[in-house]
Amino acid sequence: MPALAAHALTRRFGSLTAVDRASFTIERGEIFGLLGPNGSGKSTMIRMLCGLLRPTSGEAEVDGIDVVRHPDLVKPRIGYMSQRFSLYRDLTVHENLQFYGQVYGLRGVRLRSRRAAVVELLGLADYLDRLAGLLSGGWQQRLALACALLHEPRVVFLDEPTAGIDPVARRQLWDLLFELSAAGTTFLVTTHYMDEAERCTQVAYLYLSRLVSCGKPADLKALPVVHPPQTRWLRLESPQSSRAYVLLQQTPGVLRATIFGEALHLLVEETLDAARLSAMLRAEGLSSTEPVAVEPSLEDVFVALTEEHAAERR
Amino acid sequence: MLHGLRAMVYKEAIQVRRDPATRIVFVVPVIQLLVFGYAIDTEVRHVPTVVFDADRRSASREFLSRFEATGVFTITGEAADPSGVRAAIVSGRAKVGILIPARFSDDLLHARAAQVQVLVDGSNNTIATQTLAAANGIALQAAAALLPARGLRAPIDLRPRVLFNENMESANFFVPGLVGIILQLTTVFLTAFSIVRERERGTMEQLMVTPVSRWALVLGKVLPFVAIGCIVSLVVLGLMVFLFHVPIQGNQALLLALSALFLVPSLGLGILISTIASNQAQAMQLGFLVMLPSVLLSGFMFPREEMPLVIYGLSCLLPVTYYIEILRGIILRGAGMADLWPQAAVLAVFAVVIFLGSTRRFHKRLA
Repeated sequence: MPALAAHALTRRFGSLTAVDRASFTIERGEIFGLLGPNGSGKSTMIRMLCGLLRPTSGEAEVDGIDVVRHPDLVKPRIGYMSQRFSLYRDLTVHENLQFYGQVYGLRGVRLRSRRAAVVELLGLADYLDRLAGLLSGGWQQRLALACALLHEPRVVFLDEPTAGIDPVARRQLWDLLFELSAAGTTFLVTTHYMDEAERCTQVAYLYLSRLVSCGKPADLKALPVVHPPQTRWLRLESPQSSRAYVLLQQTPGVLRATIFGEALHLLVEETLDAARLSAMLRAEGLSSTEPVAVEPSLEDVFVALTEEHAAERR
Repeated sequence: MLHGLRAMVYKEAIQVRRDPATRIVFVVPVIQLLVFGYAIDTEVRHVPTVVFDADRRSASREFLSRFEATGVFTITGEAADPSGVRAAIVSGRAKVGILIPARFSDDLLHARAAQVQVLVDGSNNTIATQTLAAANGIALQAAAALLPARGLRAPIDLRPRVLFNENMESANFFVPGLVGIILQLTTVFLTAFSIVRERERGTMEQLMVTPVSRWALVLGKVLPFVAIGCIVSLVVLGLMVFLFHVPIQGNQALLLALSALFLVPSLGLGILISTIASNQAQAMQLGFLVMLPSVLLSGFMFPREEMPLVIYGLSCLLPVTYYIEILRGIILRGAGMADLWPQAAVLAVFAVVIFLGSTRRFHKRLA
């Protein structure tokens, strides 16, 4: 039995379709990344899967239970951390944990031991008497995660858990997710960060309310639309990357170019001589490293998928 | 069905205690009562009074001086004839006119009932009632003082006449009515704010993914405010009795029971506002939308009997209208359940309809 299964899940708001026939399956212990631009339907999807929002049509099962028919049975089995810090700012860390523990039906010894466990797990011990509203962003996220994990949920939904927190806290949060997923907890995470997406066991990309792709990062990179036959991906670095980008785009044999800071990812025809590219750039007065063969990044994948999808719509 | 209620109430209690606005909730009603209460009280001092004394002997002069001695009346002029007194009131120069007939002293001397006419400007209920009460008291006392002989019946026969407003209401009605207004103000605003704040901050959504039951959610939000409402009403009623000396004539337990009944539709209105408003500023505006008619149309300020039919109909839709009638009935007239059951029944209907209706809307809005 998968931890989560959505089948043709659809939600319309009036004439607007926020999520259009999304189907996917998440196995137990997976970290499932849900990506997509703002407004693509990620939050609507999560809200439907949590039982907050009734789908217009379609089905979803969480931990084997039909969310549409029995949202109240699903609630004790899931944890949810929303995009915005949404615990009680005027309660202390301890009081927030106590409240959510009780609301999830924990009491007595079990409440105490679970509280101690999440405090230990997230390192909140020194902050117990601090008002939640006075914590920094990273610590607020930890508290929110602690509250979401208190009742040992089988499936945890994290809506942009790392938005606006520092890189160290971000890394620590992900380490924690791996630890918990190894122990059998399933996570559905939305994010804008590609490096986070690369760490997911499975990623899905939502574009204009449609789930345009879903799979393991490696499988997505091997999709024909990302990696057409008789082509290869190259990477070169140049301090003047934006000027290099303009030149390379006009170069015959270069099918696609993307900038990553000083680096450029290029999809080129297999027959194209890589050495000629750097020579051409140097001739134009730009410094450049020799191009090397690379795997496409997930960002390359999503750009390719988005373009293909947009073309289909037209 | 009530899973999580205890946790909700406990959490809400901590938040209420920690919220700086809570202190205001207790202070504001006291200030309102003092300001409104004393505003009335100061009005009934130094009421401009015009006299027409046809007698002009020591008995009539002494009688008139007693009016001034109370501080309620200030004699601002003497009229040449009875119509002059009326004219002074019509023009607004005086609010009270006293007319003493030529045989005032003779009547007193012969132990006959001496007639004195008092004209009162009824356009201000408060002034009219207070001055009439004061004039009656003066007449009684003066009769005893001016007449050494005992056993005589009503020697000074005060003939009051209220001008312009025959259906006058007692000024004492103001303070009991204020209890109702303050109670509604407190509960409607507190409830609406507390729920809207939870939605504004996203904690409502967080709560909705937990197994907390919907009824526990509503009751958990409302019960702390029931407690606050009860405390506020006790404070306000206590101030009314001990500071404004308006004793409770009727059954106090009945008063408290019906006050508790009134809290239900009030809290319901608060919940209703919270389902319409999406932020606290809107909740504030909607709150005033409820409070304004409650103050102006409920009979708290103006007698409902004189309202145009449409407005009167509107006033029938306000729970506070019935509560104010209950308050005045029990506090001032010593009325019991036998007299007040129609109001109590309407209030009970409002309680059920508004509370259930608003919680339904509340639940719908969550879904």
